[in-house]
Amino acid sequence: MSDAPISTQRQLPRWFALIPVGALAVIIGFFAVGLTRDPHTLPTMMVDRPMPEFQLQQLTDDIPNLTSDQLRGHVTLVNVFGSWCVSCVAEHPMLMELSRQNLVTIHGVDWRDTPREGAAWLNRYGNPYASVGLDADSRLAIDLGVTGAPETFLVDKAGRVRYKQIGPITEEIWEETLAPLARSLEEEPQ
Amino acid sequence: MIAEIGLYCLILALITSVAQSVLPMWGAYVRNARLMSVASSAAITQLALLLISFGCLILAFVRSDFSVEVVAANSYTLQPLFYKISSAWGQHEGSMLLWVLVLALFGAAVAAFGNNLPDTFKARTLAVQGMIGVAFLAFIIFTSNPFARLPFAPEEGNGFNPLLQDPGLAFHPPMLYLGYVGFSIAYSFSVAALIEGRVDAAWARWVRPWVLASWCFLTIGITAGSLWAYYELGWGGWWFWDPVENASFMPWLIGTALLHSALVVERRHALVNWTLLLSILTFTLSLIGTFLVRSGVLTSVHAFAVDPSRGVFILFMILGASGGALALYAIRARTVQNGPPFAGVSREGGILANNLLLLCATAIVFLGTFYPLLIDALTHDKISVGPPYFNMAFGPIMLCVGGLMALGPFLRWRSDVAKVAAKPLQMPAITAAAFGLLVTIVGKSVPAGLGFGFAALIAIGLVVWFVKRTRLGKVPFKQSATMARAFPRATWGFLGAHLGFAIAMVGITAMSAWETENVAVLRVGESTTLGRYEFRLASTDITRGANYEAERLTFDVFESGKAEGQIESERRFYPERQSFTTEAGIRPGVLANLYVVYSDAGPAGGYTVRVNRHPFAMWIWIGGFTIAGGGMISLTDRRFRVAGLHKPSKAAPAIPGGTAAA
Amino acid sequence: MRPVFMLFALLLAAQTLTASAQERAVPEYSAELEAEAREVGKSLRCVVCQNQSIEDSAAPLAADMRQLVRERLAAGDTPEQVRAFMTTRYGNFVLMKPPFQLDTLLLWLGPGLFLLLAGAGWFVYLRPRAQTPGLPEDLTADERLRLSRHLPDEAGS
Repeated sequence: MSDAPISTQRQLPRWFALIPVGALAVIIGFFAVGLTRDPHTLPTMMVDRPMPEFQLQQLTDDIPNLTSDQLRGHVTLVNVFGSWCVSCVAEHPMLMELSRQNLVTIHGVDWRDTPREGAAWLNRYGNPYASVGLDADSRLAIDLGVTGAPETFLVDKAGRVRYKQIGPITEEIWEETLAPLARSLEEEPQ
Repeated sequence: MIAEIGLYCLILALITSVAQSVLPMWGAYVRNARLMSVASSAAITQLALLLISFGCLILAFVRSDFSVEVVAANSYTLQPLFYKISSAWGQHEGSMLLWVLVLALFGAAVAAFGNNLPDTFKARTLAVQGMIGVAFLAFIIFTSNPFARLPFAPEEGNGFNPLLQDPGLAFHPPMLYLGYVGFSIAYSFSVAALIEGRVDAAWARWVRPWVLASWCFLTIGITAGSLWAYYELGWGGWWFWDPVENASFMPWLIGTALLHSALVVERRHALVNWTLLLSILTFTLSLIGTFLVRSGVLTSVHAFAVDPSRGVFILFMILGASGGALALYAIRARTVQNGPPFAGVSREGGILANNLLLLCATAIVFLGTFYPLLIDALTHDKISVGPPYFNMAFGPIMLCVGGLMALGPFLRWRSDVAKVAAKPLQMPAITAAAFGLLVTIVGKSVPAGLGFGFAALIAIGLVVWFVKRTRLGKVPFKQSATMARAFPRATWGFLGAHLGFAIAMVGITAMSAWETENVAVLRVGESTTLGRYEFRLASTDITRGANYEAERLTFDVFESGKAEGQIESERRFYPERQSFTTEAGIRPGVLANLYVVYSDAGPAGGYTVRVNRHPFAMWIWIGGFTIAGGGMISLTDRRFRVAGLHKPSKAAPAIPGGTAAA
Repeated sequence: MRPVFMLFALLLAAQTLTASAQERAVPEYSAELEAEAREVGKSLRCVVCQNQSIEDSAAPLAADMRQLVRERLAAGDTPEQVRAFMTTRYGNFVLMKPPFQLDTLLLWLGPGLFLLLAGAGWFVYLRPRAQTPGLPEDLTADERLRLSRHLPDEAGS
């Protein structure tokens, strides 16, 4: 046995034993909050930024191509869709209805599509868009921070993005969120 | 009918586990032997019931009973029998059933082999184990019933996820659960000890084999999972620091700490309090892992079906099991006697330092894994914490662990002098440093030099330790051999496990420092190069498997112009799921693996081919399995059999020369 | 029915989308640029996948992002500028290595803090005090006997 001094282990203060249970309480708290959040949806970086300049390919001869100028002067919706997108089919009747009642001008960005398939899709389900541009290689989509379709941007008169809707526009979302916001944007001076 | 029997058994098992958790606990309180004896029979009954239940689920899969929802969603008629069976635990519901089955298995094992445990202690341990059973059985029955029927049975099932149609899946989850769930025993033992307010010397002898066994299984499970991801996912990665991987890694890290602190309790009866805390924390992390995987709070590449309501349920379980145990710990920990004191420089001190480092490592993985959640909860922002963070934070700690690992075995129990203890390491340290420097210069990578240097330090240290212990060269060889033969199994286990760590360290370091890659678009007859290797696309053909069609590309491989055989890489299409899998073409080698995958056909009809050279890749898994092997050898040690399966002998055998199963 | 495996959904999505990607001719880049692009790609997280870099991902959007990375590097952007480009559009989420800023302070300082705490804990617990070596006084004779039986002798250990 060596003669080196041996420490007696300190009796740690009583509250030390409370650290683990306290830490657990905090962790469980965060987990509980975490459960109410969807890890898939990203916060929008685009809000209050001007729409980027873009050049899109014309989809078909009968529908005008979407250009940057069309987004100035009045409040518009820019809807990102694709013929491959299942939720877009679900959303489509709502867009048709908005366009039929002429509530707002909707422009379409046909994302990652081919002219043939995109046009066929619009033929089949109807065209609610004032103009449509084809974004085959995601240039505009990436510029807009799009992660999936459908996504819809509410653009004000000055051509700034004011709101982004991720996922299909439902009647509820239109009535409660988009329509009131669009109305107030209409009243803003340019 | 079969599904109903299965569900019926599940419900009976729940009732049994309620009895198992209440009656023995009460019996231990009032010292009623009959009530206490309920524990063992309930634990064994529970195992029997769950075996029947699990058997029913497998039978439903084998018979392709599509009126059962999980069968319809995960199987189909033409699926090979092997995958019909393994798909029984390849989805959330079935895997939870496997979870409780393993839980019951461990409970029954304590009941069957725990005859020499004090009665009250055994009753309380099994009662706690029963409580975990109640929670999980209720979870299954109320949120994830594997036997739920569909109102109308479809003609054909949906098929099993092709990625999971691999022998790897048949073994990976059961091994993982044996590890994960096995830690529940250490937890139950600790809670029972806290209730009793005392930990006697036999306690650690009791806990350690269970911890060791669970830890071995978890090691195998993680290693196998990594190997499986390497050849099946087709990215050529072996570890992604993905939340689900971290979910199994955290219990492993802290379980490793527990394994070592339990050794101190067993040998010196010190660090008792600390070991109790680690037992509770290890199982807590198993539960948190389950929460993470099943609740969908984080996105992962390996995610299960996720459902926040299940998350809420598991959160309550964590609150009850871990919160309860930690509160009990806060109240009772002081009443537990701590053993004899020890100096900072001593085997105990070294193991405590190892424990703290491993705890730090666990905390880092935890912080990185859950930080996005924290940020989202506080600021609604989304961030990612990917491999660069983990590698930066985790690497240095592992180097410290490696250094301590080399020194630890030379430290004497109770008290030692640093200079004296480190003396035998002088030569290894110089050699390892020179080696590390050489690797740094030749390999042009400082991290690689550090990794190789520390791995060498551990390995040479082990050799020196062995030579010193057997007095090799100082006494006649025969005498040394006799001494080596007299080593307890635990000593061989320690040598094996530590060596395995060094081996894995070499592989991990080399893979992160020197992996090379090339991507090219190839048509038949064309070739691409990677370093001194050339890969020529020799032919393509279509083959049929039992339930898939495969396109196979065959490559001729040349090394420095010399033909080196062929590599085949496949893409399989599973019509029932309309999906593809990648079967990477791998030529394994001791020094490097060659790895070939191809993605979609390129624009002009060729194939986009990716070739990789993975230096020392096999060392990662060989190291992992060696670590587990060391644990297994240690598990066969005589002392554990004494403690585990037979009546304890009157006096614990004192082993001459001491053992060092650090 | 709800898709059971997220991965499966991912694969399916990837597959339905690849058709359009194949029609573009891919310009060749130099080996150096390719290597640099791969490094940048590995540091950017695919925004539609579960947890993969754009370099590892089979998703079509990731393929377009890879392409964009190459074009920007070819146009003279530094890797940092390319990452900044993606961050302004997708937020810090796209960075595999989170930036060092106020809300990641704990993340980046955490490891050091843990080590500090652990080191402090070790020293506080084991701080040598001038006391008599040997077994502590509070053990009873019986306990000492029991202890000595359970401990192998110290020689050689």
